[in-house]
Amino acid sequence: MTDRVFLCRCEDVTLSEIDHAIAKDLTSVEEIKRYTGLGTGPCQGRECIGPLACLLIRRGLADPTTIQPFTARPPTEPVTFGALAGTQPPFFADAAVRTDRDPTAEEPDP
Amino acid sequence: MSLGSPSSPLPEAVDIAVVGGGVMGLGLAYHLAKLAKRGADKPSIAVIEGSYLVSGASGRNGGGLRMQWADAGNVALMMESIDLCRGLAQELGINLWFRQGGYLFIARSEAASERLYRNAELHREVGAPTRLLSPAEAQAVVPHLDPSMVEVATFNPDDGVVFPWPFVWGYAAQAIRRGVLVRTHTRVDKLEATGEGYTLRLSTGERLRAARVVNATGAWSNELHRELGISLPNRPHRHEILSSEPLRPFLDPLVVDLDSGLYFSQSTRGELVTGISLPELAGYDDESLSMHSSLRFLSVLSARLTALMPITRSLKILRQWSGLYDVSPDGDAYVGSTPGHPNLVQLCGFTGHGFMMAPAVTRLVARWLLHGESHPMLSRWDPIRSQHPPGRRREDMIIG
Repeated sequence: MTDRVFLCRCEDVTLSEIDHAIAKDLTSVEEIKRYTGLGTGPCQGRECIGPLACLLIRRGLADPTTIQPFTARPPTEPVTFGALAGTQPPFFADAAVRTDRDPTAEEPDP
Repeated sequence: MSLGSPSSPLPEAVDIAVVGGGVMGLGLAYHLAKLAKRGADKPSIAVIEGSYLVSGASGRNGGGLRMQWADAGNVALMMESIDLCRGLAQELGINLWFRQGGYLFIARSEAASERLYRNAELHREVGAPTRLLSPAEAQAVVPHLDPSMVEVATFNPDDGVVFPWPFVWGYAAQAIRRGVLVRTHTRVDKLEATGEGYTLRLSTGERLRAARVVNATGAWSNELHRELGISLPNRPHRHEILSSEPLRPFLDPLVVDLDSGLYFSQSTRGELVTGISLPELAGYDDESLSMHSSLRFLSVLSARLTALMPITRSLKILRQWSGLYDVSPDGDAYVGSTPGHPNLVQLCGFTGHGFMMAPAVTRLVARWLLHGESHPMLSRWDPIRSQHPPGRRREDMIIG
């Protein structure tokens, strides 16, 4: 057992790392994300953003009425490349031509 | 020690004000502070950032560093930059997650293959260790690659990747340690020319006088001096990128598919980081400074990636974001005095490859600013050329 406290379990960011960032005047959610990597793992901040906000508010570093989470990044939940690839006709056979065409145009007959 | 804050005290005047707290501005501030002699001659330097450090392109790029360019000047510059990166973690005292797994460029069409043959020949002349690979040899480097998608490939084992965030924090910390003032969350609302230099009117209501001003604001660079009547031809251009769930190491090099502009690498954190050149949509102006993300990007990228690397079909995308290239018409940066404004120095227009060039560029620009030392790229990057019609684009290896 250790007495380390983890705020972000995806990226193993500990409370002492947050303290370290705050000691360097990095006190906004976006700065702490970019200094520690907090919130960039598989849960995308769902688990750690709340505790971080509480910590910043408790220490008087953020206003509870205005604090915002960091910018939400799509997709909303993890999606496979395979699922998304199906939304685009295969275009590798004639890459140079196909990638330059307007993807909103109608598909020519095969 | 502070890493920059909205309340860092500013003096009334500095010798050099650097606008923009990205890799260019902070790298330059670091090299200036490191190079300057102590004592009365040491210039006072302030970096002013409108948002937080790494908020722009420096915190949004794929972190690739490569010597594989189509122009000898760029190849030589990147050899210098990668060489600097080898010792940079020690120099900056921070883990840069720098990994030299090489860059594998693959080509399928005749036109793209031709470019790779040309590059390999040029790299040999300049002294970069790039070699031509057959499809089977390319598959030996990346076993999951579908060899039928490859006609020819080039591989340079010295190319590599870094994690961009710590890279920039490292420059910031070492610049501040050497006396550079870093003010964040403070915009320069107006730049006014005075007899001796410039006055920066800040969004906080403060005024800062500076003998010399460096414009290191990337895609935002034309905004800074619009009211001075200065307009350079570089324009913002939005590019998208994504990262996957983390995996155990399975991919050594960064792979670029020259025919589609797809690139992908596995970061030291385990994620696949990937982007692709998206064809322009008709009637759509993307010079807006907006940083939104699109489903179209995910679809186009996924189709190409899963065709090249079928094993990625079941890999999950975690997040996508975008950043802004600062694109010049001839693909070359604008570095040096602004026409008619010798004390307003441009350090922008890097057209999507500023991050990888920054180690070499910021050092050579510091040497030029402090000691007047010349460098072959400085005459080529001179902003004076903006007053003539754009020349031929020398570089066709702009990716993403």
